[in-house]
Formats: sequence, structure tokens, C-alpha cells
Amino acid sequence: MKKSKFLINGMRKHSLPWLMLAPFLILIVIFFFLPIILIAVNAFTDMDSALQWTFNGIDNFKKMLLDPNMPEILKNTFIYVFFTLAINVLFGLVLGLLTSYFIQKESVGLLFRTIWMLPRISPPVVYVLLWLWFFDPSPYGILNSLRALVDLPPGEWLSSNPKTAIVLANGMIGASFGMIIFSSAIKSIPENLFQAAKVDGASQWSIIQDIIIPAIRWPLMFVTMWQLLSLLTSYEYILLLTGGGPMVESEVLSLYSYHKAFESFEYGYGSAVSLVLVVIALGFSAIIWKVFGMKKMMGTSRVE
Amino acid sequence: MEGIYEPKMEAPKIKTVSKWNARIPYIIAYGTLGITTLPIILMYLWLLMSSFSTQMKHGVIPVEFTLENWRFLWTNVEMVGSVYPSIWTATWNSFVFAGVLTVLEVIIGVMAGYALSRMEFPGRQGIMKMTMMLHAFPSVALLIAVFFILNFMGLFDSLLGVILVKTALQIPMTAWIIKGFFDDVPWDLEWAGLIDGCNRFKVWYTIVIPIIKPGIAAVSIFSFLAGWSEFLLLYTFVLSDDNITLSTYLQKLISDPNLVNYGLLSAVSLFYMIPVLIFFIFTQKSLMQVSAGGGKGV
Repeated sequence: MKKSKFLINGMRKHSLPWLMLAPFLILIVIFFFLPIILIAVNAFTDMDSALQWTFNGIDNFKKMLLDPNMPEILKNTFIYVFFTLAINVLFGLVLGLLTSYFIQKESVGLLFRTIWMLPRISPPVVYVLLWLWFFDPSPYGILNSLRALVDLPPGEWLSSNPKTAIVLANGMIGASFGMIIFSSAIKSIPENLFQAAKVDGASQWSIIQDIIIPAIRWPLMFVTMWQLLSLLTSYEYILLLTGGGPMVESEVLSLYSYHKAFESFEYGYGSAVSLVLVVIALGFSAIIWKVFGMKKMMGTSRVE
Repeated sequence: MEGIYEPKMEAPKIKTVSKWNARIPYIIAYGTLGITTLPIILMYLWLLMSSFSTQMKHGVIPVEFTLENWRFLWTNVEMVGSVYPSIWTATWNSFVFAGVLTVLEVIIGVMAGYALSRMEFPGRQGIMKMTMMLHAFPSVALLIAVFFILNFMGLFDSLLGVILVKTALQIPMTAWIIKGFFDDVPWDLEWAGLIDGCNRFKVWYTIVIPIIKPGIAAVSIFSFLAGWSEFLLLYTFVLSDDNITLSTYLQKLISDPNLVNYGLLSAVSLFYMIPVLIFFIFTQKSLMQVSAGGGKGV
């Protein structure tokens, strides 16, 4: 009797927060948790466009190992992630240093950072159109126009260098992410550290190496891990720019699962590839979680 | 060691040399920044010029002024064998998509953010951990399963379905950011309101919400722009021409093999980018803060 009364009181007290959280939780359950389960189950079926759940054990994973496209796709994924990540982090760092340390005038730094944000805020379709125009195989493409000025023949850039194209296009977007995070980290370094170093006669290079880099090592690590995770699993710009082609020359693992599912309608096999990606991504998330101690960011409620 | 006792005459010379040396890094800095930033400026400038010009000399220099490329605003684009839907249908759909998305996200985000920030209940820590985890979750890897779910709900090929998906994918981040805004409101303020006899809802409505209004505005703009720019989900889950949005309309034009008209493409692109540019110019400072805190894209 007493216990049930306690329970009812408890429910009444706690019903408001749950009510407020309800739509949030429902959305997450339907579009995050349910899909994870569906992918995990579907990865063991040979579902095609007929949408029949016929279980076939680990056939999809065997198929993945024997897939003639797989070696090239894995190689592409590695090249794409490695070089794009390098551009994102290193060039992001250069942009951050230039716009917030070397350019002391805040308005000039902000102007440059604003321009660099343009590709990032442009809708992906528009941004990719600019690259398509840049690489256009006809004499109207910008690269071919420039070559025509020095009497060089036009080239088929997107089909001859698809990997370079996707790395450049994604790198430019990712660099601005690094730039924003690094420049706010650099700005939070106390000014007197720089002044002291200058009085002691330190060169610019040693200021960067001995003051700035150590001070922003956490943002550096964070951007690296975060971008690694995003690059492994996102494919929107590749889909728009080269579509993975020609053949599978610029196809990466995440795009492959998309193509398998929505172009050749091999839902079962596509799910298996997705499942591999999800497991890899969860591993990386766990590392990010551990390294950056997310617990610190979650204080207890300030009320009650 | 010897240098210290050198004659005085040496001093000015050393000074000028070191001043010159000190400048070199800045010259390199401005040079690098200028050279790397110039292509971006040129590309967007090209978009503008090419949309108002009949053709481009060497691909980059506008030749003759024309409004021909903007004709899509009053007549439907026609290609060999196919007529494109009206640009205004696409614009309206994009507007509805982004607008409903924003409203849903802000309402659900404010409710969840407030509960997570100010209320104590069993499972709170668990929900917060889950929300953090979902930020890094590769949502695009789940598209296959999302397709089944939309199919099951009868929402495949409808804007509403994609709105729900997009809201769900963004809500962990949005709720988290809004929770941060609530965390910054001093509890004393709410306490004072409660003592003065307001109930909790009234305190919330009259004291707390006005304080976090700027934050809500930033989140709204951010999610509106995310909705306006959305491509992948719309491309995958919406097929019919009635539900075409500006992003899928433009993609359809770009991938049309019968079309090599950069004038038309750049005019449609500019038209599509108008809200983005307006918001960007007026709110870039708060926008940058929000995207520094989150922003999942590459």
C-alpha cells in the first residue's frame, strides 16, 4: 500500500520531464535505434527489390570478402580519408594561425574566415556545381580555359583524376571546420605569453611550435578524430561530384553501401556493408568518448 | 658574449635587420592567405557574372549582358523531351521543408533541452550520454533502414517523411545546444519568479525564454539553412516532380545530358542561394559560434 503510493507520487513528480522529453525520445527511437536493429538484422538476409526477409546466414559477409570491387574500394577509402584528413587538419591549422595569430586585426581575420565559410554554408549541390565547372572536360571548363591560354590541350579531369577531385572538394569544406575551432582556441591563449616570448627574442616558428601547438593540442586531436569519423561515413559530395566513377575509381565504402541499396537494390548486401561501417564508427566514437572525457561536460541538474 | 660590448654604432643596423626579419612572416602570411582565398572569391564571382551573361570568353570573362538565363523564373525550363516543373513549386516545397523542420526542431529541442537542463529524474544521465553519443553517430549509414521505416509508415516519397527523418537526425545536436543555453540562465532568476508567486510554467515563459531568445534565433537560422540545403535525403526518399525541391531541381538540371548551359545553372544556383546569402551576411557571427559547437558535415 505504502509502496504503491510512493510509486504514484514518484511517477507524478517525474511525469513532467518525461512528457517534455517524449517527442525527442520517440524520434530517436524511430530514426536511430530502430534503424540500427533493422540494419543488423537485414545484414543477414538476401533482401532485394521484392523486400523479402530471407535469412542467408553470413553469406553477405563472405560475399564482401570475395567482392572483386572490394580491394579497390578499400584502397580508395583509405586514400580519400587520409589525404582529406591531412588537408582538413593541416590546412585548417594554417588558416586558423593566419587569421587569428598573424593577422592581429580582428576585422581582417574575420573577413577571411567569412570567405572560407562560404563553401561550407553553400548548399552541397551548388558547391559541387562550382567544382564541376572547374573540371569541365569541354573547352569552357576553367582548368581547360586556363590551359588554352598557354596552348595546352583540354583534359578530361574528372575521369582521369577522380580521387584528386573528391579530396580537393571535401578538403576545402573540412578545412573551414578546423579553421573555426583552431582560431577560437588560439584566441583563448593569454596574450602575455606571446609578449613574453617576443621579449625573450623567440622566433615566430618557435612561438608556433612551443606555445600555440601545445596549447591547442586538444582541439587538434578532437578535430582529427571527429573528421576521421565523418569522412569514413559521409559520401554526399562524392555522390554529387563523381558518383563514385568512372567505374569504381572514386567509390568509397560508405558510397558503395548506398549504391548497392538504392541503385542495384541489393538491400541485404548494402545493409551488411553499412553494418561494417557502423561498427567501425562506434569504435571511433568510443575512442573519442574515452579520450575527451565527455562526462566532464555533463554536470548534474542545477535544480531540485 | 662578445656582442654585448660592441661599439654603439652597430646597434641601429641590427635593429633594422631584425625589423625586416620580423616582417617576413607577416608577408608570407598575407601572401598565403591571399593566394588560397582568391579562388573562392573568383568562383562565386563567376557564378554571379555567368548568370547575367550570354557566354563566357575563355570560360571566365563575361561577354554580353542578358537576362535570358533568368527566364526560368517566369517560364518552365524545357529540355529535349521533358518539361521541368515550375521553379516556384520547388521554391515553395523547399520553403515548407525548411520551415516545418525549423519549427519542429525548435519546439522539440526547447522541451527536451529544458528537461535535461533543469529537471532531476531517474535516467537523466543515461539520456544525456545517449544524446552525446548520437552526435558522432554515422546517421547516413542508416539510410537503408530509414527507407524501410518510411515505406512502412507510408511516408516514402513525401516531404513530411523526410522532414521527420531530418528532424530526428539533427535533434540530438539541437537539444544539446539548447540545453547549454538553459544552463547559462542563472537559477536565482527562476527562483525569484517562483517566490513572487508565478508557477513554474509562467516563470519559464516570462523569464527564461526571453533570456535565451538570441540562442533560439541562432538555432532556428541554423536549422532552416540545414533544411534549405538538404540534398541527400530528398534525393533518396522523394521521387515525384510534385515534391521536387530546389536542391533536387538543380541536381536534375546539372545531370541532364541535354544541357550544357552554365548560364542557366548559375542563375538557378544563385536563386537557390539567396536565403543562404542573406542569413549569412546578417548573422555570420552567431552562425559561426553555432557551427563551431556542432555541425556534423565534413
